[in-house]
Amino acid sequence: MNTLWFWIVAVMFSIFAVLDGFDMGVGIIHLVVTRNDTERRMLLESIGPVWDGNEVWLIAGGGALFFAFPGAYASGFSGFYLPLIMVLWLLILRGIAIEFRNHIDSPVWIPFWDVTFSGASALLALFFGVALGNVIRGVPLDANDSFFLPLWTDFRISSGPGVLDWFTIALGLTSVVALALQGSLWVAMRTSGDLQRRARDLARLAWVVTLVLTIAVMIVVPFTLPHFSARYLTRPLGLILPIAALGALVGVRISNGAGSDQSAFLYSSGYILSMLAAAAFGHYPSLLPAIGGAQNGLTIYNASTTSYGLSIGLVWFIPGILLASGYFLFAYRQVFARAA
Amino acid sequence: MDALIVHRIQFAFTLTFHYLFPQLTMGLGLLIVILKTLAIRTGNQHYNEAARFWARIFGINFVVGVVTGIPMEFQFGTNWSVFSKNTGAVIGQTLAMEGIFSFFLESTFLGAFLYGEKQLGQRLHWLAAFLVFLGSWISGFFIIATNAWMQHPVGYIESSDGQFALASLSAVLTNPWFAWQYLHNMTAAVVTGSVVMAALGALYLLMHLYEEFGRTFVRLGVITGLVASLMMIFPTGDGQGRNVAQYQPITLAAMEGLFENQRGAPLAIIGQPDVEARRLDNPIAVPDVLSFLTYRHWKAEVQGLLEFPEDQWPDNIPLVYYAYHIMVGLGTIFVGVFVLAGWFLYRNRLYHTTLMLWALMLLTPFPYIATTAGWMTAELGRQPWLVYGLMRTKAGGSPLVSAGNGWFTLLGFLGLYVALGILFLFLIYLEVQRGPGEPGVTQDEGAVAAR
Repeated sequence: MNTLWFWIVAVMFSIFAVLDGFDMGVGIIHLVVTRNDTERRMLLESIGPVWDGNEVWLIAGGGALFFAFPGAYASGFSGFYLPLIMVLWLLILRGIAIEFRNHIDSPVWIPFWDVTFSGASALLALFFGVALGNVIRGVPLDANDSFFLPLWTDFRISSGPGVLDWFTIALGLTSVVALALQGSLWVAMRTSGDLQRRARDLARLAWVVTLVLTIAVMIVVPFTLPHFSARYLTRPLGLILPIAALGALVGVRISNGAGSDQSAFLYSSGYILSMLAAAAFGHYPSLLPAIGGAQNGLTIYNASTTSYGLSIGLVWFIPGILLASGYFLFAYRQVFARAA
Repeated sequence: MDALIVHRIQFAFTLTFHYLFPQLTMGLGLLIVILKTLAIRTGNQHYNEAARFWARIFGINFVVGVVTGIPMEFQFGTNWSVFSKNTGAVIGQTLAMEGIFSFFLESTFLGAFLYGEKQLGQRLHWLAAFLVFLGSWISGFFIIATNAWMQHPVGYIESSDGQFALASLSAVLTNPWFAWQYLHNMTAAVVTGSVVMAALGALYLLMHLYEEFGRTFVRLGVITGLVASLMMIFPTGDGQGRNVAQYQPITLAAMEGLFENQRGAPLAIIGQPDVEARRLDNPIAVPDVLSFLTYRHWKAEVQGLLEFPEDQWPDNIPLVYYAYHIMVGLGTIFVGVFVLAGWFLYRNRLYHTTLMLWALMLLTPFPYIATTAGWMTAELGRQPWLVYGLMRTKAGGSPLVSAGNGWFTLLGFLGLYVALGILFLFLIYLEVQRGPGEPGVTQDEGAVAAR
């Protein structure tokens, strides 16, 4: 049951990364790929009806983490206090940028929100990558399973790490380019003509950087995270996940070259899912490992709620998530119907 | 300064600011469904135009509610980590259920409601409006269920390490505290929505702008406002008051500024609690009424604060007292204004009675003050407990988040929210200025075209 909830939480955050990933990606490339206001409006219209729903996956994933593993939620959220509050501010700025931009037609108002939207999207993509890096790297937990991380120290993975070190920054940058790729492919799929051509070109560029960073991360991880290598050595079948990620990345390139934007977008989504699944697989059964201490850190066993809580959670979660998926099919059908 | 007080102020501030928006969402959600229903039942496009106008206001309001709501769920973990760790097994359930059952519904159908009217057709568009309304009320349901557990914990088991495990989810969702608090809160949201609608209608009538719409807004706002403001007092306010009397007698004594036990306890209308001297200064009180309201018996004994150990008193008794009295006083004024306006409406004189229209217009800020005061009564009245009787507030904060970091983020939120509030008012002003109906059509033509 603990394992099941570990994967439920992981899957919910992964769906968030794929879905909010493309609208964050659209934000990252918002100012690069467009030439005029009409095109920027087209980008915003393509994500307008769905971005809020995409973000709900983050809230719902956070909620699931809260009740299934309250120990990890409490420790992690208070320990990453400063970066998390900054993420909240960025989410606020990004949300109102998307929604308020088109209320006033003015040469001051519109560029202000365009830059806010784009900057907040890029920083959020960076922060989410950094957050993943911090969680899998581990934190200096004290005897009460608490910690408080400074934003940075010496950028090394030492016993006194910061939120930013070379490893977490590497994951943050990977996240930015991977989501830029995801966003470019969304734009390519949802537009036509010049804008579509530019989005495809940008996707090609983002693809190269994503590939380089992905390979670099895959080389670095086994040396940096001993619990990852141990887990993959005992369960070598798990290697299918990073291989699938690379395969999906190849698929992106082939589809992109063939001008098949829809399958390129699906391959890119597959890449994000496989990467996160590979991370979750290597991380399991840990939730927040301890570094620089003698303890084992927080795992799905010592940070979880009781088995009654986990079972009763499943009773409402299954119908609830089926309903939610139904709404999503409805919403995306509407969006695609409108374009056709 | 102590980090705890910074955690408390930050949570109180971000929550108070946030709740200014969902209360209008929940109230206006119902009113828009009523407008859409009227449009379908009468076939009169005027009601659809009105619904479209309010949908624009609703959209702006909803966005601010969403973006200020996300920090709430995160701040349980960031600022109240010990509380989250110890109670997450219980309140994590209700908060996660809110995400799954409400937010997905709301976010999906809000898009369909705001942009999909042509595509969906009238009946499905009505359904989208209804689902958005339903989603917002489900959200309120789970939040109140969470708060009800903190006010009157049920369905849990305490383990040796101070953590609370869930014993029965159905017990948590059928908490005896819950029903009255939920209904009281939701009728308050309807009062907010009604006041805002009636006030804007009154503004249009006083300015001789969009008068046809102004009349509709005033009429609908006054009728729903009259019903909801009466229900605020009875049965929901009365029921909630008896909840407090039964489960939190100390809080009741603080709300009333009652120090000594008293048979035939009076209801204080005005007065200043003097905690040092253990008495209510300058009271103007109606004898026996508190006893009657609490126990349905004029001479029943009501316990005063001195009956209880002082370390269980709310830590800010005067504020609990004032918040409660402001809420009740404003609630009474709402009933008075709406009864009067309802009478003018019945006599067909409301739209021309300038003074009455002014009163309705000037009512705008007061439901927001009343709901804020009501929540302050509930949350300050719960002190010194975070979870009533189980966990003290001072035990719940994040131990390693220092006061300095707390100040930094509190000031950040203050600055960001001030900017957000100004933006909100500015955009609402533009919508009010633009008015209902098709742009470029003068009001009279619009009214004719609507028929």
